Amino acid sequence: MTETIPPPLQPPTSKERKYDRQLRLWAATGQRALEESHILLVNSGPGVVGVETLKNLVLPGIGNFTILDDALVCEADLGVNFFLDEDSLGSSRAEQCCRLLQELNPDVSGNFIAEPTTRFLDRPDSLQPFTLILLTSPVDPTVFSRIAEHGCSTQTPVFFIHSLGFYSEFSVQLPAAFPIIDTHPDPTALNDLRILKPWPALEQLAHEFCGDLDQLDDHDHGHIPYVALLLHFVEKWKAAHGGNPPENYAEKSEYRKLIYAAQRRDNPERGEENYMEAYETALKSLNAATIRSSVRDVFEAPECKSLATDSAPFWVIANAVSQFHSKHGVLPLSGSLPDMKAQSADYVKLQTVYRAKFREDAAEILGTVRALERSLRKPNAIPGSSIDIFCKNAAHIKLVRGSTIRPMNPDGPFKWTDRAKAAATSLLDETSLFPIHVAFVAYDQFVSLSAADAGKKRFRAPGAGDETAHDETDMIALADQILSHVFKQAGQLSYSKEDLAAAKGRVYDTVREVVRAGGAELHNIAALTGGLIAQEVIKVVTEQYIPIDNTCIFDGIRSKTEVHRL
Amino acid sequence: MGTRPIHNDGKEHLKRIVTRPGPFTSSAAALGLETLETLERLKVLVIGAGGLGCELLKNLALSGFKDIHVIDMDIIDVSNLNRQFLFRHADVGKPKCDVAAKFVERRVPGVKITPYYGKIQDKDENYYMQFNVIICGLDSIEARRWINATVVGMVDENNPDSYKPLIDGGTEGFKGQAKVVLPTMTSCLECQLDMHAPRVQVPLCTLATVPRQPEHCIEWAHIIAWEEERKGDMLDTDDPDHISWLYRRALNRAQEFNISGVTYSLTQGVVKNIIPAIASTNAIVAASCCNEALKIATACNPCLGNLEDEEANTYMMYTGDDGIYTFTFRHEKKDDCPVCGTLAKELNVNETNTLAEFLEDLAARPETQIKKPTIRTNDKSLYYPSPPSLEEQTRPNLLKRLTDLVEDGEEMAVTDSDGSITFKFKLVFSSK
Repeated sequence: MTETIPPPLQPPTSKERKYDRQLRLWAATGQRALEESHILLVNSGPGVVGVETLKNLVLPGIGNFTILDDALVCEADLGVNFFLDEDSLGSSRAEQCCRLLQELNPDVSGNFIAEPTTRFLDRPDSLQPFTLILLTSPVDPTVFSRIAEHGCSTQTPVFFIHSLGFYSEFSVQLPAAFPIIDTHPDPTALNDLRILKPWPALEQLAHEFCGDLDQLDDHDHGHIPYVALLLHFVEKWKAAHGGNPPENYAEKSEYRKLIYAAQRRDNPERGEENYMEAYETALKSLNAATIRSSVRDVFEAPECKSLATDSAPFWVIANAVSQFHSKHGVLPLSGSLPDMKAQSADYVKLQTVYRAKFREDAAEILGTVRALERSLRKPNAIPGSSIDIFCKNAAHIKLVRGSTIRPMNPDGPFKWTDRAKAAATSLLDETSLFPIHVAFVAYDQFVSLSAADAGKKRFRAPGAGDETAHDETDMIALADQILSHVFKQAGQLSYSKEDLAAAKGRVYDTVREVVRAGGAELHNIAALTGGLIAQEVIKVVTEQYIPIDNTCIFDGIRSKTEVHRL
Repeated sequence: MGTRPIHNDGKEHLKRIVTRPGPFTSSAAALGLETLETLERLKVLVIGAGGLGCELLKNLALSGFKDIHVIDMDIIDVSNLNRQFLFRHADVGKPKCDVAAKFVERRVPGVKITPYYGKIQDKDENYYMQFNVIICGLDSIEARRWINATVVGMVDENNPDSYKPLIDGGTEGFKGQAKVVLPTMTSCLECQLDMHAPRVQVPLCTLATVPRQPEHCIEWAHIIAWEEERKGDMLDTDDPDHISWLYRRALNRAQEFNISGVTYSLTQGVVKNIIPAIASTNAIVAASCCNEALKIATACNPCLGNLEDEEANTYMMYTGDDGIYTFTFRHEKKDDCPVCGTLAKELNVNETNTLAEFLEDLAARPETQIKKPTIRTNDKSLYYPSPPSLEEQTRPNLLKRLTDLVEDGEEMAVTDSDGSITFKFKLVFSSK
């Protein structure tokens, strides 16, 4: 709660003015998180999508970025990459992109490393400074594993990115537990007003408003806040039904009619707005306070159930909130009240009652947290403000279980494990974009096999030359292998021969479209994908809103995205 | 790299894809080296040089288009710099379209960008007729409706060149849309108007007597206090002194009613109706628009609204706050659309409504959103907001009941204030 802080007399700072349009989305806390981040782009191939991603991160003001890329700028780069100019020809691509990206925002510090990735990785702790890593395809399988493993062991998020012709895809590897408190739920999502579980102060206020309803003049009658009306009519209902509130749909509809019928109609509007507000929210307000499955997931997580000295603050608070929920059957109150027809003073009174209850619930949680801290012998106390924020958002918290991105395995059979069935089902669905994922897996295998042939010196993309028929045959053979693994590992699934043939046909067409691109990036697709990735990076870094879990595929032919957990 | 064709100037990547057909390319498309030449010849118009506009210019320039025009009437503000990446601090105060055009011309040699600093309404059909594709990156519904009506109005069945594909993008926070309009053949922006409901207005009496929210106090300062205390002073929402004045008045009022939450930033947001905007959403929506433009221009892959497919999708909606979600669908053309349809639209109205109440209703309804219109039937002029002489003559009708002015089922024509859109309504009375 913001207690009355004296207003600043001076207008916003220059930074607030520059970032005004984004601070309205992630506030000062989100901005601080961005400014504390250091993002590494491991660039390769045509190298556009990663640079476009960085553009969308430099503009809102990430603290630092570093580009790792040993390529030299060639003429083809100039035709597709906006952050290079004619002076860049022949120089380090990392250095030149860094220079032109840096221009976008003087508050950001840009760095570049123009050496081969393997040499860079061989230096001890070379990845240590980075808070998030963007890795673009094509990439050597061993480089991929080293970075992915670093991400796993240090809880550093890693993004693995493809952009080719009209297709793109990226996977996000998050820490095994990635909890989000500030999910920014839809503002129209109704918060629990406790109509079925009022506390004494709220009951008393409702009495005060509705005690002598019939005696009120029309103005006052038409300004009773609908929350008080709902409570009043629940009381009336209970009195007539042996102390039970309206329980099933039929009863709730009856209850609602009661409210509708009680409005005064001998006025020019032929009804009352506050009664209509009560009528419209009645059904939702009478739902028993169930918690969302995403909140239940948090309560049932092992990290929440068994705390340890090194448990993160999130889990300690979650444990305390879960105890609160078991004890009271409700979550701590968020303290916010929707706008409603009312007199100013009455509305403020109601608001004050809700805020006081929020404070009371938060104080109880704080007590539990302090007790937990003592029993766990935690050295540092969690700030009270963190507990308040948790309580405010308790109904909408979310836990994302980060998963490791699939390993690149150019030779052996690829293990789809528990994802095989979902993969096969998607492949049988003619509207799914999953064939694009299969085509990218085949592409990764093709380029790493070609690099192995060339003595690990150079990648060759399928379709890069004028003669594409041979590459197409090789790519289709790779895709066939992948498909047979998927369907073998998927186990029991019912489909006809024709279904399978059609699924294969869709994959082959997609593979042909990838070969058509010949390893080239289209600027539009790179720019669009760079937008999607930057958006996810912002969500991950600020720990606000909800990131994808874990792979997003984009089809620029059909103009569609699809998210899969792989 | 081999020998480089003369016109190719570094466009290796683009060339590889648009000069050879893929499995989804229409058999009617003739792709080859001449595809790149076609791209160079086409004239594209970008409307708006803001968040979307900057991205659109960059994307078009790197998609092989060489003759690009851009219209914008704004100058650069500090709050643009977090996403409008062609502008720097030193450019604040200059026209957006001039700075944007020069920047992209400098960065991508061989591309010509012609800026026009002014309003889209300054130009007529002759101007719009020269373009092959029009792409809008606008933040105003009024401007969208105007260009849409103009482009649809230009269609001449006997002249294939008069059909101008219109691509429109829009964003708000983590959400956005990109859509393709093939005038008279697919759903137009007016058909889609109800997808963008107008902001709900707080009743004046709430502001005047029973404020409850900080926004109510700010609107009070904005609408009521300014009029009362600074009558004659033009309110300039870009003037920090004016915003500070509104902020202090709103704050006093809030304290009087014990309402918390009035801040400078909120004041600015409410008064200027600020919509949050970030670089990444603009990147997504603008690139989607240009991707469609490239597909339309080259036929290298089917576009949204593809005429070879009667069921083709026309509209992509993007939501990025909870995961990533796109909904791509076909928005159906409306036969009673005032711009591209032919039928009168049936409108249910309360028989007790006066003409004035009917006018208020037209402004608030998502599918009409029309303010200060002219209303007439076949034989009567019901209301003219201007010129003053006609206004005076028709004003008494405002207080009359609709039932006294028109028959049940009678058609009426309602024209918006700049005359670009005329709705045909058939009123159906009900006693609600």
